[in-house]
Amino acid sequence: MIPASYYLYLSAILFVLGIIGVLVRRNLILILISIELMLNAVNLTFVTFSNYWGVYDGQVFVLFIMVAASAQVGVGLALVKTIFKKKAIVDVDKFNLLGQ
Amino acid sequence: MNITLFDTIFYLLAFLTLGSAAIMVFSKNVIYSAVGLLFTFFGVAGIYVLLAADFVAVVQVLVYVGGILILLLFGVMLSNKITNIEITTETLHFLPASLVVIGIFVVLYRVFITTDWNPVGSYNFDPTTHEIGTLLMTDYLIPFEIASILLLGALIGAAYIARKD
Repeated sequence: MIPASYYLYLSAILFVLGIIGVLVRRNLILILISIELMLNAVNLTFVTFSNYWGVYDGQVFVLFIMVAASAQVGVGLALVKTIFKKKAIVDVDKFNLLGQ
Repeated sequence: MNITLFDTIFYLLAFLTLGSAAIMVFSKNVIYSAVGLLFTFFGVAGIYVLLAADFVAVVQVLVYVGGILILLLFGVMLSNKITNIEITTETLHFLPASLVVIGIFVVLYRVFITTDWNPVGSYNFDPTTHEIGTLLMTDYLIPFEIASILLLGALIGAAYIARKD
């Protein structure tokens, strides 16, 4: 049997990969994708502990996180589309309208 | 130590998940990143099945792969001019980012190492829908309603922001 800590290691590595994506990549859509990856890592931790303690509250939390993630992607992509229509860029470093 | 079929499946799924997540983060091509995200979602869904969370696994495939990934692919296609191939993006700030990331990973790893874990919980693969439905309609009723309002707000907001003006 796989110990619970292995699942937690997997989720930690996924979370760290998501942070790398947010910090290193400059494409707006890639940053959104990396945030999705981090939310998946958190979901994995929730499900692991739900199994670990034998209660189902963790899985209910996962469903709520999925709701929040889909709302975030919907609004975020609407923003990306509007930004791209205005400036034709997806690079967050070049999108500094307030600083000009 | 004998490796059972269960362990083999776990290691395969973990390898699939981590490999495609690494491709997703480090690939120069945004399309490759989206495809890597697809396999990451499938790997995580498989690990949910191993953790006896069948309903969450199915919702993961339906919502993430069927909804969010398609939306993200639309975003990739819309925000790249197909005529001049500018799908690749560069990476920068690598050194400070790696320092931050290594710090966070060391903290998480130390927590996992120093915690005294009990043996993992029971693996009875019963359906979980009954318990989840009961919890959603009793203990988590108000968050459930608020989540529906959040989805409605996100729907209206996204349609308003992205409208043609």
